[in-house]
Amino acid sequence: MKILAMDTSNVTLSVAVLDSEQLLAMQTTNIKRNHSKQLMPIISQTLAEAGMALNEIDRIVVAKGPGSYTGLRIAVTTAKTLALTLNAELVGVSSLEMLVPNAPQNGLVVPFFDARNGNVFAGIYEKNGEQVVNVLADQHISFEKLLAKINELGRPVYFVSSQFEQFQTMVENTLVVVAEHSGKLNSLPNAHALGILGLQKTELENVYTFVPAYLRVTEAERNWKEKHPNDENKESYVRQIN
Amino acid sequence: MDQTSLILAIESSCDETSVAVIKNGDIILSNIIATQINSHQRFGGVVPEVASRHHIEQITICIEQALKQAEVRKEDLDAVAVTYGPGLVGALLVGVSAAKAFAFANELPLIPVNHMIGHIYAARFVKPIVFPALALLVSGGHTELVYMPTENEFKIIGETRDDAAGEAYDKVGRVMGLKYPAGKAIDELAHQGEDIFKFPRAMEHEDNFDFSFSGLKSAFINTVHHADQINEELSKKDLAASFQQSVVDVITAKTVRACEQLEIKQLILAGGVAANRGLRDTLDKELGEKFNHLDFVKAPLDLCGDNGAMIGAAGEMLMRHQVFADMTLNADPSLEFDWEPEAIK
Repeated sequence: MKILAMDTSNVTLSVAVLDSEQLLAMQTTNIKRNHSKQLMPIISQTLAEAGMALNEIDRIVVAKGPGSYTGLRIAVTTAKTLALTLNAELVGVSSLEMLVPNAPQNGLVVPFFDARNGNVFAGIYEKNGEQVVNVLADQHISFEKLLAKINELGRPVYFVSSQFEQFQTMVENTLVVVAEHSGKLNSLPNAHALGILGLQKTELENVYTFVPAYLRVTEAERNWKEKHPNDENKESYVRQIN
Repeated sequence: MDQTSLILAIESSCDETSVAVIKNGDIILSNIIATQINSHQRFGGVVPEVASRHHIEQITICIEQALKQAEVRKEDLDAVAVTYGPGLVGALLVGVSAAKAFAFANELPLIPVNHMIGHIYAARFVKPIVFPALALLVSGGHTELVYMPTENEFKIIGETRDDAAGEAYDKVGRVMGLKYPAGKAIDELAHQGEDIFKFPRAMEHEDNFDFSFSGLKSAFINTVHHADQINEELSKKDLAASFQQSVVDVITAKTVRACEQLEIKQLILAGGVAANRGLRDTLDKELGEKFNHLDFVKAPLDLCGDNGAMIGAAGEMLMRHQVFADMTLNADPSLEFDWEPEAIK
């Protein structure tokens, strides 16, 4: 199976072309550039390096979130449209789950992204070789609560995050279990791991209804729901007039 | 030589996701529009993040339906046109990302379209644009007079210095307790009332082609608040009629003067507020009385709001001028025409 995998969830942009689990070509940038400008040219270059035509791709794998809302929409829109027009399979993989293979050993792995004000987007996963199983669903959570949940599990954990240093003191003061963390080397997402995880998934996304996993409703909607707890007619929020 | 062209056109700059298939620049084969008005009504205005989320829900549905309704296969298309600005950056990016992916996958040229050119080119569905021409663009984000000496040349000779006309309608509508967007409701009320409040006509007699609506908005709000304080009930119909008359008078005066000073063959009225009956009727009457050889073209009512068809009409013109983008195309939320008030002298 020929796979095109892409991630633009955060500052890192990573694109890979795989033949099943075998990596053919990958490009990763980790600079604050504009993903909108970079993504399609990098897809084109990576395909060329892999010696593959776009229409040979059987499955498109995209990191679906959480992450930067705008970043997520760039890769997810690109992936949806490519899947639609190429008639390729579409698979979404958690942007946190794709960091789990970065952990060097088996056991509990906790990938997270800073979400400001002491909050993170995080999940807890069990890594067993190339198998990854979710233990705590991806969520927007205060780092304090996350640490409490890890303490409850009572087992050593491995954190994967390029922002670990910001939270290091809290980890040292609060955590009762043994904790290790990814250094500079193992903290970044790579689309090869994303492609392998996407190959393992059996559930395909519906191209039309697929949206990013933002994991947060917008502030405007949150406020509106507080004032209108019984009002729910989501189906008619968008309607076709032609 | 094959004379026909088929363009897939994508628009997502604000709160409408729209995809159209346009033949030869002026024939609509399909024009799918998914509007988010019901969603943003909850908040009294467009919330950018909510808009972006709706666009990504809709984009592939609209592309598929546009092709299906047009009975056109991807292989038959000649190009993909997309709005890349001005607008909400997150919203624009959904359309731009989709257009780039579609164009790349199908090896089609990509045409970057300025949303405002799109509005002007909605007039193409009425009749061909003849140059030199002047466009009066009135919408929620813009109020401007655009001079077009030849095809694909756009010069702003006058624009609003504060609120856009459509913006003023929405703000005044909120004060009157009307639902967002309030333009249509105010227009309807205005036709049943009279201009008894005589609100200010800002800059009407100044020697330029600029507009200002914030003073009118303040005068309106002060009038309503003052009446509230003394428990006086004002007629909504008269308020609407007075507000609309002030807007229409200023826009008409400036437009007529621009038509007098420029040698133009055509005046085009376009943009969301171009659907306003008061404005359409007044311009019809004034221009008819003052000019013998000026062709006044109003964008079709159902194409005044944002839609993919107008982007396809503009895209076809840009394609003839070899305006293409590569795969680095980005959204440009503050894209605008050149500002050249001297163009008129």
